[in-house]
Amino acid sequence: MKRFLGFLVKEFYHIFRDYRTMVILFGMPVIQILLFGFAIRNEIKDTKIAILDYSRDNVTQEISNKILSSGYFILSDNLFNEKELEEEFKKGTIKEIIIFEQNFSENLYKTGKANIQLILDASEANLANMVMGYTNSILKEYQKEISGKYSSPPSITTEVKMRYNPELKSVYMFVPGIMAIILMLVSALMTSISITREKELGTMEILLVSPLNPLMIIIGKVIPYLILGIINAVIILLISANVFNVPVSGSNILLLAETVLFVITALSLGILISTLVNDQQTAMMISLAGLMLPTVMLSGYVFPIENMPVVLQWLSHILPAKWYVIIVKSIMLKGSGFGYIWKETLILAGMTIFLILLSIKKFKIRLF
Amino acid sequence: MNMEKIIDAENLTKKFGNFIAVNDVTFQVGQGEIFGFLGANGAGKTTAIKMLCGLLTPTGGKATVAGFDVFKETEKIKNNIGYMSQRFSLYEDLTVAENLEFYGGVYGLRKNIIKDKTDYFLKLLNMEEERNKLLKSLPLGWKQKLAFLTAIIHEPKIVFLDEPTGGVDPVMRRQFWTLIYKAAEEGTTVFVTTHYMDEAEYCGRISMMVDGKIAALDTPTKLKEKFNASTMHEVFVKIARG
Repeated sequence: MKRFLGFLVKEFYHIFRDYRTMVILFGMPVIQILLFGFAIRNEIKDTKIAILDYSRDNVTQEISNKILSSGYFILSDNLFNEKELEEEFKKGTIKEIIIFEQNFSENLYKTGKANIQLILDASEANLANMVMGYTNSILKEYQKEISGKYSSPPSITTEVKMRYNPELKSVYMFVPGIMAIILMLVSALMTSISITREKELGTMEILLVSPLNPLMIIIGKVIPYLILGIINAVIILLISANVFNVPVSGSNILLLAETVLFVITALSLGILISTLVNDQQTAMMISLAGLMLPTVMLSGYVFPIENMPVVLQWLSHILPAKWYVIIVKSIMLKGSGFGYIWKETLILAGMTIFLILLSIKKFKIRLF
Repeated sequence: MNMEKIIDAENLTKKFGNFIAVNDVTFQVGQGEIFGFLGANGAGKTTAIKMLCGLLTPTGGKATVAGFDVFKETEKIKNNIGYMSQRFSLYEDLTVAENLEFYGGVYGLRKNIIKDKTDYFLKLLNMEEERNKLLKSLPLGWKQKLAFLTAIIHEPKIVFLDEPTGGVDPVMRRQFWTLIYKAAEEGTTVFVTTHYMDEAEYCGRISMMVDGKIAALDTPTKLKEKFNASTMHEVFVKIARG
C-alpha cells in the first residue's frame, strides 16, 4: 500500500508539473462550454415567416405589423388556407407560420381571449426555439400595450406546434455532449499518453522489473485522471447551472455516479490504447481520431442520431458516449431516476467490464 | 570460478515465432562478479537479460537468479535485482531527491533509509547542490550515474545493466565504471551488456554473443590470448567473422 501511495504521488507530480497539460485539462472544459453555450444563444435576424390570417381585422393587422417591424422577421408569404402550410415548409425558406383564428378582434374584445397558433420548423431545433421565443415576447409586449383599452386584461393565447422534431431534441444537448467529450478526452487521451510516455522513456521497464504489481501500476496511472475527470464534470455542471441556467433536475448523486462509470469506461479505453501502441504520438492520434471524432460526430451531440443513415446509427450503438449522453440528458433535463436509465447504465457497465478485461489480457501479453 | 553461483543458466532459449533470439545458452555468474555480456545489436543480449529479470518467459532450458527459478519465482527475483535499461530510466520532471524517493519507495524502503541513501549517493557523486533540481536540468552523464545508483538503492544481490553508457563521453564512462567497481566490491553482482569493446576490458569475465549463441566465454586476458589479439575489439572482429 505504501508503495502504491508513492506511485500515486509521483503521478500527481507529473500532472501538476506539466503546466501546459494543466491549462488544457482545466481551461478546455470552461472554454468549450462557454463557446458552445453562447454560440447557440445567437440572435435571430430577418427570419422568413408566413402569416395565415383568417380574421383580417385591425388587431391582427397591428400584430402582424409589430412582428414584421421588429427587425427579426421578414414576411415571405401571406397564406389563405391551411393546405398551403406543408408546401410552404417544404420549400425550406420559412421557419415559422403564424395563424390568427377567425374573428380575432371580436373574440379579444368580447371575451378578452383570442388565439394565435405558431407552427415552427423544428428540424433546426435551436433556431426554432429562438424564433418562438422572439415571437412570444413581441406578442406579450403587444398585450401590455393594449391592456388599457379593455376593461378586463386581454389575453392572447399562443399555441405552439413544432414540426419535424416535436421534442426539440438537441436544444440542451450541448451540456451532456460536452461532458462526454471532455471526459473522454481527459480520461482516455491523458491515460494513454501517460502510460505510453513511460514506455517511451523506458521507465515502464524499470517499473515492471520492480516488485510493483503491474495491475497496481495501471491503477496508479488511472486514479489521478479519474479524480481530474470528476473535477472537470463538476466544473461543467456548475457553469451550466449558473451561467446557462441548465440545472440538474434529477439527482446529483445519480449523475455523479453515472459520470464515474463513464470516466472508468474512458479510462479503460485509454489503457487499451496504451497496451496496443508504444509511443505517445500514436496514442494521441488514436485517441483523437479514433475516440474523439466518433464521439463528437456520432454521439448525437452535434447531429441527431435519428437523422443519420442506418449504418451510422448502428455504429453509434458501440460508442460509450452515446449511452452516457442519453443518461446525462435524462437526469439533467428530464429529471429521470435510475428506474428510467438502468438499461443504458447496464450497457455502459458491460462495455466497461469488457474493455477492462480486454486490456488486462493485452497488458499481460504485451508486457514486452 | 569458485564463488557461489548467483546466476545459473542452462540451455536457455527464447523463440519469437520462427526467430530464435537466444539459442541454447549456458553460463554461470558468481557472486560479486562483473560479468560482461557482449555482442552486436540484435545478437540477443537484451532478450537474455529480460528473461533473467523475469520480464520474458523463456521458451526452453532452465535458469535460476539469486536462487530463484525464472519460470516460477519471478516475483521473488524482482525483489533481489536492480535494473537499468539502455534507455534512460529516471523521471525528467521529478527532482533528484524525488526520483530516489520514488524508486526507494517502490522497493519498500523506509523513509529514513531512503534519506540516508540519498545523502550518501549525492555526496558520492558530488551532487549535493543538485538535490532539489529537476532531473531534466542535469547533463546526461550525471543522470546516468544517478540512474545506476538508483538501480542499487535497495542493495540488490544482482544489478542488470543493459548498455548503461550509451551516448556518454569516455571520461564519464570511466567515472561510471568506477561506480560499478565500487558496487562490485561491496558484494553486488554486476551483469552488464555493452557494445563498447573498451568497456569489455573492465569486466571480470566476458561472454560474446553472436546470433543468439555464446561464441566465447572467458576473462578478457584469456580471450585475447586465445584469439591472438591485442585488444577486445580485435577479439570481437575475429569472433564475428567466424
